[in-house]
Amino acid sequence: MIRLLGVICFSLLAHAVGAQDVAPDALIKRISDEVIGIIKSDKDIKAGNRAKINDLVEAKVLPHFNFARMTALAVGRNWPKANPAQQKTLVDEFRTLLVFTYSGALSTYKNEVIEFKPLHAAPGDTDVTVRTQVKRPGAEPVSIDYSMEKTAGGWKVYDVVVGGVSLVTNYRDTFNAEIRDSGVDGLIKSLANKNRSLENQGGTKSK
Amino acid sequence: MLRACSVLLLLGALAALGGCATAGGNPDDPLEGYNRAMFKFNDGVDRAIIKPVASGYKAVMPEFARTGVTNFFSNLGDIWIGINNVLQGKPRAGASDFGRFAINTTVGIFGLFDVASNAGLDKHNEDFGQTLGRWGVGSGAYVVLPILGPSTVRDGFSLLVVDWHGDPLWYVGNIPTRNELVGTRLVDSRANLLDASRLAEEAALDRYSYLRSAYLQRRRSLIYDGNPPREPDASSDSSSGVQK
Repeated sequence: MIRLLGVICFSLLAHAVGAQDVAPDALIKRISDEVIGIIKSDKDIKAGNRAKINDLVEAKVLPHFNFARMTALAVGRNWPKANPAQQKTLVDEFRTLLVFTYSGALSTYKNEVIEFKPLHAAPGDTDVTVRTQVKRPGAEPVSIDYSMEKTAGGWKVYDVVVGGVSLVTNYRDTFNAEIRDSGVDGLIKSLANKNRSLENQGGTKSK
Repeated sequence: MLRACSVLLLLGALAALGGCATAGGNPDDPLEGYNRAMFKFNDGVDRAIIKPVASGYKAVMPEFARTGVTNFFSNLGDIWIGINNVLQGKPRAGASDFGRFAINTTVGIFGLFDVASNAGLDKHNEDFGQTLGRWGVGSGAYVVLPILGPSTVRDGFSLLVVDWHGDPLWYVGNIPTRNELVGTRLVDSRANLLDASRLAEEAALDRYSYLRSAYLQRRRSLIYDGNPPREPDASSDSSSGVQK
């Protein structure tokens, strides 16, 4: 019994250490390979079933994202103005929006090839950028860079930059304007409305 | 005609700049009032004409044919891209662009097939606005051009005054043929953007400021070929007060 417990503890520990030890670029590669593998083989997803893509993103991609940091980055200098409860709501709503966007992007995937550029990082670095290039025939390659930080739970993505455009800071102008005009609660309301309208669209669209 | 109008509008926008102060908005966008109106106009034209035509084109044309059309126009653009690479002091990248043109025009049958990419010569993205940026010319105010969309004073002038001369289509002698080619290119590039524009529509709370921010970030990245220096000021404030 005690031996069994010992084995379980050991395997749990090994698992935790394993997650932390994976290099950031190896982690992104593993997730990309896994997700693309599923997209290629799943008929429902190929047919454009958004709910199923959402589930896939929720299960495979999200655990590796730090949404608190992403939201703070998007809100920028106004972040401290939000109280903890507001901050939590903002994180939840922004997360929903990003998941929807990310799933939408994945649903347009068509046999593009992802190339990984060599990672420039020293062994002790806790903040790195994993650079990739998506190649499509007949078009210039699009760069997708992942800003990642080392946390107790392994490497986490806190920004995704597509062709030089940050998916996170791209919201900053809009968020600043919302907060200036109608306060933090105004921004929360806009985000919630947006998410609700996206959900309704997803429900009515058979696509 | 459109070009002349756009140049006039840009000049007008420049003149207006002298008189208007920014009212708490984005410092890159002192012309926000005009820009939003033009954005709305462009959106209307897009919804009414360009997008439906592009959707129809996409529905009717088989994918390999559309790729051929995209490749054909893309190939013609490679010479001007190469010239700009040379102007920016990147002769090696320029040589690669000229090489692409040579290979794709011959082996790729008038550019219908992009064999050069498969041979390891990647397509580049350059224009005269980027060249000016590389030379140290600031972007100036954000300007939404009629039909052509998001731009800046620098990029708009470059596009309408300089890039035009590097565009082979405008040298086609037969005017109806020329117009047909320009129209086809417009429809083809819009068709290629259908997915992207749907995504932007879904992602943005305010499409105007979302696209403005994306355009400015994208141009900055392009000028530095994907490696822009970190933003110098505090407006890109770091993650202060972040809960981890």
